[in-house]
Formats: sequence, structure tokens, C-alpha cells
Amino acid sequence: MTDTPSDTEAKAPGLMARVADSDILHSFLASKVTVVAALVALAFFIGAAFAPWIAPHNPFDLASVDLMDSLLPPAWQPDGDMRFLLGTDDQGRDIFSTILYGARISIGVGIVSVLFAAALGITLGLIAGYAGGRIDAFIMRLAEVQLTFPAILIALLVDGAARGIFGNLNRENSAFWILVFSIGLSFWVQYARTVRGSTMVERNKEYVQAARLIGIRPGLIMLRHVLPNVMSPVLVIATINLALAVITEATLSYLGVGVPPTQPSLGTLVRIGNDFLFSGEWWIAIFPGIALAVLVLAVNLIGDWLRDALNPRLR
Amino acid sequence: MRIRNAALAAGIAAALLAAAPASAKTFKYAFQGVLNTLEPYALNETFTLGTLGNVYEGLIWRDKDLKIHPALAESWEVLSPTKWRFHLRKGVKFHNGNDFNADDVVFSANRVRSKGSDLTNYLNADVKVTKVDDYTVDFELSGPNPILNYQWEFWYILDKEWTEEHDAVSVTSASDTSPNYAALHANGTGPYKVVSHEAGVKTVFEKNENYWGKVEGNADRVEFTPITQDATRVAALLSGEMDLVYPIPVQDIPRVDGNQGTRAMTGPELRTIFLGMDQRRDELLYSNVKGKNPFKDVRVRKAFYQAIDENAIVKKVMRGLATPSALMISPFLYDRAGEFKRYPYDPKASKALLAEAGYPDGFEVGMDCPTDRYVNDEAICQAVTAYLARVGIKVDLNAQPKAKYFAKILASGGYDTSFYLLGWTPSSFDAHNVLFSLMNCRDDSGAGSPFNNGGWCDEKVDDLTAKILVENDKTKRDEMIYEAFKKANDDVRYIPLHQQGLAWGVSDKVDVAQRADNVLSFRYVDVKE
Repeated sequence: MTDTPSDTEAKAPGLMARVADSDILHSFLASKVTVVAALVALAFFIGAAFAPWIAPHNPFDLASVDLMDSLLPPAWQPDGDMRFLLGTDDQGRDIFSTILYGARISIGVGIVSVLFAAALGITLGLIAGYAGGRIDAFIMRLAEVQLTFPAILIALLVDGAARGIFGNLNRENSAFWILVFSIGLSFWVQYARTVRGSTMVERNKEYVQAARLIGIRPGLIMLRHVLPNVMSPVLVIATINLALAVITEATLSYLGVGVPPTQPSLGTLVRIGNDFLFSGEWWIAIFPGIALAVLVLAVNLIGDWLRDALNPRLR
Repeated sequence: MRIRNAALAAGIAAALLAAAPASAKTFKYAFQGVLNTLEPYALNETFTLGTLGNVYEGLIWRDKDLKIHPALAESWEVLSPTKWRFHLRKGVKFHNGNDFNADDVVFSANRVRSKGSDLTNYLNADVKVTKVDDYTVDFELSGPNPILNYQWEFWYILDKEWTEEHDAVSVTSASDTSPNYAALHANGTGPYKVVSHEAGVKTVFEKNENYWGKVEGNADRVEFTPITQDATRVAALLSGEMDLVYPIPVQDIPRVDGNQGTRAMTGPELRTIFLGMDQRRDELLYSNVKGKNPFKDVRVRKAFYQAIDENAIVKKVMRGLATPSALMISPFLYDRAGEFKRYPYDPKASKALLAEAGYPDGFEVGMDCPTDRYVNDEAICQAVTAYLARVGIKVDLNAQPKAKYFAKILASGGYDTSFYLLGWTPSSFDAHNVLFSLMNCRDDSGAGSPFNNGGWCDEKVDDLTAKILVENDKTKRDEMIYEAFKKANDDVRYIPLHQQGLAWGVSDKVDVAQRADNVLSFRYVDVKE
């Protein structure tokens, strides 16, 4: 997160040395809030990535879940069980382990769908900005139509259509990719618009004209010359979109159209816990809810700082 | 001028006050599932039929204690064991003003047995229904049936003229996506009429002032709203927005009872929750076992049975508001039910059975489950999935709202399932209905035993069912029922789970009668001041 991918071409005199000396790092260390947010986010990422090794139970392995352990309160409560730090849900799954495994799904879907949206958006934005004319008009009108639909609605549409086509079999494996596709598809517009704007500015600059003059193909110009110079706003959008994607995934799962109930993500857990709020079993909804809120807040704070740090006018 | 205005205002206020009491006693209630259709023959489901029973009527009706009373038939006589004569009530009018007569009964008898109807088991295809005069109808049976009228509460009579006039003679089935007029409008003879109906959103009923009978309750207007989310439904009751919600999730019973102004009404329901398996196809639709159907092997079925810890499900998922069931019928409806015992929960025996049947590592199978039909249905399915995982069976759980679920697994959907959870209350409150509807042979279209979704066939059970129908000696009859149920249990044709409990959340502002089959009858709704 701390290195800028601009100038990836240059023969760096030791990348680490350059990073250590960069403005970005200084600005990062100067902002205490950002450092804390980064540490929290890092903890989540590590927890999610190494969930099978960290979590005391495997909530996705149904054979290890015991119904008789269901609805136990957190360990410090009178009826709590030391085996289950944050209590268990209605099926006897350990909440703490389920949060780790759930974060794995949430963050995984978030990252991959952001990459997907960015790839799609950047490609279309570059083409639109560089080519101009009819191609530009076509892509941008498409983007505007897309903008009139809320992200969640598009995600619901894609999910519904995918389920109609593929049916329900093998949902455990396909659900992840359906989520990635539906969330990614609803987020590409922002990238496309940003990249297009920057590209239109860069296109007329001398270095691009020089490149064109010596006969480099348009594709190569876009990729090698224009792209590195329009990347910094993309980075900011990607960070903030990561938080949005996590929330969207949670919302879809909360609505019951996301991952299957046997593989709960954070949103699924909140949905399950919602049914038990009245009867006093608050821990099923509250802990995953807090985890989700903290994760999204941390990522958003990093995104905010990144926007300020990469904006030369604010420096 | 000022005085005049004041007088006018007072007059208006007085008029408004006077209008308020006359503006009707409204009763609002919510159920977990939707009322998808007003077509009384589309779906043989207690909620849909029970709700429509406030609008439509059959030849008989049952009161809050499920006792049979004459309704559209004033009386009946059995001319011979195979011939029944029904004398119809005179002077009854449908909500649109049309007269009720024998033509309507004959028309409804044909319609309920037509293509698309889900209620074909209510009247055998070979029964001849003839009009004797305008208010007399004869039913000629191919064999004796002493309980012919027992399950006719839910076979409602439609107005022939109205149905034909609106081109709605053919029945819109549960899997049909283009409803006809009769699915969107209702014209019955019952104590309430439908004022407006938005499928899945809201249905409003109003008292039928011209009703022929007496109604105990005093509700003038009834509003039904489906609320799928358990917590939201309970919140709607606690906040006073609803006068009654059902079912309330078992975990919220203490909360509803403890809250001032609301109470929980609980009791045993006559419904058996069970698991069914496709035992008809040569290869399962949803499984990784190819070329053969594992459910055709009784050892596999028994392995499934013994893998599930039903006591834990009753204790944890149902929180005690259910009783484990060894039988496909409520013990309240069959005297000798106590003689049956459940196969014990024994995962080791289950694994051994699977290995013996040639599946030492288990196999994969798809399971269909409703999410808004029975108490905690989805949680039960999840628990079943977890228990089966322990013996190596990987279940792909497909949990859907009941509208989609029923359209998939029932006859109208071509029995598109391999393994499913279902609940059954015999609408005649008699064992014969269970045997006839769930346990007899059927063909691919569902002719025979239409709700035998697994399609298994045992001619001995069929024979017994036919004999049970005509046997009048109770001891002999019970003995044959015992034999038939024992046959099904020995062969593990179904996996009965439990008798679910009733749980209604009711506001203290209303009095209602809770029927043991979970039907809410508006005629017993009393709205207090």
C-alpha cells in the first residue's frame, strides 16, 4: 500500500530505499489514525488468510459442528464455554472461528471483485479517453445507464440470472464467483470515468504525441505511457471500493442471495443473529456486526488518507 | 360568525366521533409465508386452504374443535355403501349475488379433479357426481367410503357462472406463472369476502353481511400481511402493528408472553414434519451417484434415519416445542401410535449400513427445503445436513421460499427433487388420508398418491389402504392401519422427524380460537374495545 506503482519501468536504485525516503511513507507515519487503521486491516487480512490455522474450529466442516453446542453465550458469561470464546450460533458453530472464516469470504470477494471492476473499468476508460469520438460516446453512455442502477440492484439481478442459468447445484463453489462477478460489474463505472478523464488530459501531452510520432501502436501507448500516469486516482477508488464491496457482499448475504448458509460470511451471520436478537442471544449478530463495521471503517480510513496523500494540491 | 364556526366544528367533530365506532373493528394479522393465490385448488397447503376457508365454503365445515358441521350441504344420507346423497342448503348466495345450487357442486367436482388441480386426492377420479334436482347431488363411488365427507372442509364450491364468465375454468397450478381470474379474485359463499388482494403483499377481507350462518366473532375487516423475517414478525406484534402473528419463533415465546399486552398461544399441532427420498427414479436428479439410485436401498434410507439426532433437534432447534415422532401421523389421531418406536440415533450403525450398501465414503445428494413454511424449517434442514455430514453424506442444501419450493417438488413441478423436508396434516384427521396421500403408488404425473413425492410403491400398503377405507370395525381398522404403517416404517419409506408445536403471538386486544391444524378462522376473531 505504501509504494506507488508509477515508474515501474525505471531501474530503481533499491526499491526499499526509495520507499523509505518517499513522501508517502512520511505522510503515512505522520497520521496516527491511518497507522492504527492499517494495523487493524492488516490483522483482519492475516486472520482471514490464515483462518484455518488460527481458528480453533472449522465451522465449514459440518461434521465437526455439534448441534448440542448451539446458542452458547460468550465464554465470560455464566453459561459460557471456554471452547467458544465469543459463543456459538444456532447450529453450534463457534462465532469467533466463523468470523475469521466469514471474513475470508468477505475480503476474498471484496479484493477479487475490486480487481475485476478495476480491470474492466480501466480498460474501457483508457479506450474511451484515448480513442474519443463515437467509441467514447458509446462507452460513456453505457456507463451512465449503468450508473442509474444502484449497485445492490445490479448485484441482485446478476445473482438471480446466474442462479437461473446454473441452478443451485455446486453453489458452494460457484457462489464466490457469482458474487465477484455481480459486485465487480456494478463498480466498473467509477474507474472508467476517472481513467477516461485523466487519459483525455494525458493524450494531448507532448510525451504521448512524441510516442505517437515515432510510430508506437496505440495499445502500447495506452498501456506503457498513459496508464502509469492515471493510476493514482485509481488506487484511491480501489481502496474505497474494497470497503464498498465488502459491504455489498454482506448485504447480499444478509438478503440470503449470497453464499450458501452452510458457509456463512459476515453478512449471513448477521442475518442468522437477527432472528435471535429478541430472545436475548445477542452475540450471534453483534460480534460479526462489529467485525464488519471495524473492517470497513479501517479500509475506508486508509482510502481517505491515500486520497489526501496522492493529491498534490493538498500537500 | 365565530360562534357559528365553533358550532360547525363541534358538529363535524361529533359526526367524526359517531362515525368512528361504525368504521369497523379491524383485525390485522401476519403469517410467515405469502398467500400466493386465491385459487382454491392450486395448492394443497393448510395455510392457503385454511385462509381461503373464510371466503369459500365446502359442503361441510369444521369448528374450532375440528367437529364436522353441515355447511353448503344441509344434510346427507348414505343410500347404499357406494352412493351418497347430499341435500344442499337453499337460499345461499355467492358474494357476487349469484345463487348457489347443484350445478355449482357438479362443476366444482369436475374442476377439482381437472388438470392443474393440487387437490385431486379429495375426490377420486372414478366418483360419478350427478345432479338430482337443483338442491340434491348424488355421489356414486366405485367402492365404499364411509369417511367420504371427512376431508371436504377444504374442497370449496365455486360458482359455475362466475368461473365460466371470467374464463377461469382451468386451474392455475402452483408452478404456473400466469394466473387466471380465479387466482386473483375470489367469489365464495363464506362469512368473509376478499376486498383486495396483492399476491405476496397484502390481502384485505371484509365481513359478508349476507352470510347465511351465524358468526361468533365481531371482526368487520381483516387485513393479512406476510412477514417472512421471524424477528420482524415478532416486532410487528410487540409494537402493536399486528393483532396476531404466527408462527412466532420458539426462542421468542418467553418474550411475547412476558411483554405486556401480548401473549403466546401454544399447543401441539397435528402436523408431522418428515424427510422424503426419491425412490422411484433409476438415477437421482441431484447426486454424484450415477447409474443407480442409492435411496432404492433400504440400508441407505435407514442409515440416513439413524444418522440424525432428532432429540437434539427437538431440544435445540425447536426448544422443546415439538415431540419426536416415530410415525407419519400425530399420536392424537391414531390410538396405537404409542406402539411405534423411533430407530435410535446411532452414527456408527449408520456408517456401517452405508458401507454395507456400498457407500463407505458416503455420497453427495441435493436437498430441498422450505424457508417460510414450517417452524424453523431451514434450521432443521441445516441440522440434518450437519448430522449427515458426520456419516459422510454431503448434502447440497437448496433452501427456498415455499412458493418456489412447492412449485419444484410437487406433482405440478414434476417431483423435481431427490431429498426433501415436508410437513403433513391429514385433512380428514384420519390415518387413511396419510396412507392414501403419502404412501400409495403413483405414476409420473401423480395419479394415485399425489403427495408421495418419493414415488415409492408397495402394493401391500395399497391393498391395506383400500381395505382400511371400507372397514367399519374400529379394532380391525386400527390393526390394518398398524400393519400398513409398520410396513412403511420397517422399509424406512420416510424419516418422520417430529410433531411440531403451534405458537401464535396474540395481542390482548383480540380473542381468537387456535385450531389444532394451525388454521386461523376469522369467524372466531373477537376484537375488544
